[in-house]
Amino acid sequence: MREEEKSIDKASQELLKIAEREGVDTAWDRYEAMVPQCGFGELGLCCRNCLLGPCRIDPFEEGPQRGVCGATAEIISARNLIRMIAAGASAHSDHGRDIAHTLLLTAQGKTKGYGMKDEEKLFSLANELEIKTDGKDRKEIAMEVAEKVFSEFGQQQGELQFSHRAPERRQALWRKIGIMPRGIDREIVEVMHRTTMGVDSDFTNLINQGMRTALSDGWGGSMIATELSDVLFGTPRPIRAKVNLGVLKEDEVNLVVHGHEPTLSDVIVTASQDPELIELARKNGAKGINLAGICCTANEILMRHGIPIAGNFLQQELAITTGAVELMLVDVQCIMPALSSVANCFHTKLVSTSPKAKFPGVEHVEFREEEALLIAKKIVRMAVENFKNRVKEKVNIPKEKMDLVAGFTAESVFRFLGGKYRATYRPLNDAIISGRLRGAAGIVGCNNPKIKHDWGHVEMAKELIKNDVLVVVTGCSAIANAKAGLLKPKAAFEYAGKGLREICEAVGVPPVLHVGSCVDNSRILITLCNVVAEGGLGDDISELPVAGAAPEWMSEKAVAIAFYFVASGVFTVLGNPFPILGSREVTDLLTRRLKDTVGANFAFESDPIKAAHLMIDHINEKRESLKLKPVMYKEREKVILGVE
Amino acid sequence: MRGIIFIDPQKCLACKSCELRCAVELSKSKDLPQAIDEYPLPQRRLKVESVAELAIPLQCRQCEDAPCVRICPSKAIERTEVEQPVLIKEQLCIGCKWCILVCPFGVIGMDREGKAVIKCDLCFERLKGNKPPVCVQACPTKALQFKTLEEVPAEKRKEYLVRFTKGKEMAERK
Repeated sequence: MREEEKSIDKASQELLKIAEREGVDTAWDRYEAMVPQCGFGELGLCCRNCLLGPCRIDPFEEGPQRGVCGATAEIISARNLIRMIAAGASAHSDHGRDIAHTLLLTAQGKTKGYGMKDEEKLFSLANELEIKTDGKDRKEIAMEVAEKVFSEFGQQQGELQFSHRAPERRQALWRKIGIMPRGIDREIVEVMHRTTMGVDSDFTNLINQGMRTALSDGWGGSMIATELSDVLFGTPRPIRAKVNLGVLKEDEVNLVVHGHEPTLSDVIVTASQDPELIELARKNGAKGINLAGICCTANEILMRHGIPIAGNFLQQELAITTGAVELMLVDVQCIMPALSSVANCFHTKLVSTSPKAKFPGVEHVEFREEEALLIAKKIVRMAVENFKNRVKEKVNIPKEKMDLVAGFTAESVFRFLGGKYRATYRPLNDAIISGRLRGAAGIVGCNNPKIKHDWGHVEMAKELIKNDVLVVVTGCSAIANAKAGLLKPKAAFEYAGKGLREICEAVGVPPVLHVGSCVDNSRILITLCNVVAEGGLGDDISELPVAGAAPEWMSEKAVAIAFYFVASGVFTVLGNPFPILGSREVTDLLTRRLKDTVGANFAFESDPIKAAHLMIDHINEKRESLKLKPVMYKEREKVILGVE
Repeated sequence: MRGIIFIDPQKCLACKSCELRCAVELSKSKDLPQAIDEYPLPQRRLKVESVAELAIPLQCRQCEDAPCVRICPSKAIERTEVEQPVLIKEQLCIGCKWCILVCPFGVIGMDREGKAVIKCDLCFERLKGNKPPVCVQACPTKALQFKTLEEVPAEKRKEYLVRFTKGKEMAERK
C-alpha cells in the first residue's frame, strides 16, 4: 500500500514515509502482513467458549454445520457478538465507575486537583436522582449523587435511573420486550452467563440480552461518565482549538496524553501550566510546555480547555514518529501494544498510569486521585527532563494543523440555536419541520486500516451536510472531521447545503458539531430525547428523521454504541459488517427484522457516500411518515462545492 | 510462475483458512461474505486431513504421469507440460468417476450437481499473473508454500548439511 492509499491525511502520509525510512512498523504494515485474515473469524463462525472446541462451521456447507455441542452458525455468531457488546459496555461503564469514584473522593475532600466545576449540573442531577438538596452543602450532595450512581453498577433489580430520560414510548417498549436495563454490571454478567457452554440457544433471545447490555452502557455507564465528568471538570462550551500533528512544537517540550479518561488528563492540563515546571523547561532549553492529545482523553480536554489534538487512533504511532514527543502518557483503551516498540526507536518516554493497563518494559507511574496533581506534576517533570534527549536530526513535525470549534453539548448547542435568552430546542425542531434541515446524523467511532484513514468519516460528513443534514461527531470521527476542516464555522459555506448553511450562518456554528469523547455519545441520546420532548416530530426517537454511522469502526466499544443506538430507535450504518455474516438468520435479524421490534435496524456499507445515502433515504422516509413538508432546498450543485 | 505446493505438516494448525480461501477463489464474486450466498455454493479443492497429531492440507499433486489423465476415457483430463497443472475440461467429463477411483491421494471429487469431477488446478490463472495459489497465500503459518522444483531439493540439501555438521560436532564433543 502506498501512503496515499493508507490515509487521506497529509500529515499522516508524510509520517508514514518517515516511518518506512526509519524502519518503524505501523498498524498498516501489520495489517498488510495479516491479510488474508481468518475467514471463520470474519464471518463469526468460530467458537472458543468451551473445550469441546475450538469449533467452526463451514460456510460452504461441506464441513461441519454444528459445533461439538450442537451449536449452529446462528448460536455461535450471536453469542460472539453479544460478548463483544459486553466487552464494549464494560469499557465505557468502568470508565463511568472511575469518574463516580473520583467524584466521591472529591466530595469527601480526599483529592487534590479537582473541584466541582458545574454546580448547576450537580443540583439538577441530585433532583433527578431524588436526592434532597435542602440545607445540604454541595459536598454532601455530591457524595449522595456519587453513592446513588455507584449503586446503579451493582443494582440487581429495577431500572437504571437515566433510562427514564428516554421518551415514555421508548421506555414502554423496552419493558414490553424485556430489554429495560436493570443494573450495569448485572447485564454484562448475564451476557457472560448466557453465552457460556449450554445456556442460551436462541439467537433472538441472545441478541435481546445484547441490546439490554448495550442500553446499560448508553443510558448507564457512558451517561454516568459524561454527566459526572461535567460536574467535576465543567460542562463544555464552544471553544476554539487546533488539530493534527502540526500542533507539536519544535522548540517546546511536547507532552502527549493518549487514552480515554479525563481524570488524569485534566490535572495534567493544570500541571503543564505550573510556572515552576515551565521555568524548568526553559532551563532545559525549551521555550515552554506544549500539551496535546490523542483519542478520547484528548477530546475530553479539548472540549473543556481547548487543548490541541495531535491526532486520532491511527496516528498514535505517527505522533511518536515525529521524534518530537518527549513523553506520551497513556491510561486505558485503544492504546496499541505496539507503542512501546515505536517509542524505543525514538527518545520518547512512554508512561503507563492505570493499574488496569500496564505494558512490559514501559515505565509505570500509577495514578491515584488522592494525589492527582502531585503525580501529574511528576509526569510533566519527566517530560521536561527528557527534552535534552531529543535528537534534532530525527525531528519531523508535519506542517498540517487545522482550526476547529468544539465543545458542543446537549445543553449548549441546541439551546444555542434558540439564542441565549430563550434557551429551547424549538428552533432546531422548527428547522427540521420546515424542511430547512433535512434531519440530523451522528458519525462516530474509530479508525481501521481496513478503510482508508479518515476517508470514511470525512466523505460521509461532506455528503450529509451537502444534503442539509446536520452532523454531530464524537471520538476519532470528530478528530478526522476536524482535520478536514469541517469543524470550522466557515465549512458551512464551502460544504453545506443551502438550508444547513443558513442555520450555521444565523447561529454561527459549524455544520459538523463536536459533542465529545466516545462516552459522550450519551450526549446524542439526551439530545434526541430533548428533540422528542420539544414536540412536533413524533413521540419516540425511532420517529425522528435521524441516523447514525460508524464508518471506520474496529473496537468492541463501537459494537456496544451501535447497539444502544439501534435499541434506542436510531437506524445505524456500519462501515464494516459485524462478524456475523456467516449466519443468514442473525444477519437478517439485525439488518431487517429488528425494525419490527425496536423500530430501527443496522445496515453495512463500506462506501461512505453510499452509506450517507442510506442515511439520507432513511431520513427522507421518516420525514414522509411524519408528514413533514418537503425539504426546502434541492441538493447543491457540485460545481459550487468545488468537488472534483 | 511455476512450481509445486510444498507442505510442512509440522506447521499446519488445521485452521482451514486454505479451504475457505480456496472456495472463495472458485466463487463468482471472489468475496467471502458474498460467496457464502451464491448458488451453487463454491466448492473447495483441498481438504485438511489429520492423522494422529498431524494435520495435513491435501490437494492434487499434479502428477507427471497422472493416473487420472491415463484412465479418463473422454480425454477430459490433461496436462500440457512439466510443472504445469493437470486440468479438467468440464464439458468433456462424462462423470464416470474412474479418476476418483485411481487417484492415489483421494483429492478428486464430484461437484455438487454430480455433473463433473473437480480437483485443484493449482490456481493456474493466478500463476499466470505471477501470484501463488490462493491456499498458499491464505496460510497464516506458512505450512503451505509455493516452491520450484529446484528450490525444494536445494533447501533439503542445506537442511541435511546443517544436521550432518551438527552431528559431527556432537560426535567430536563426546
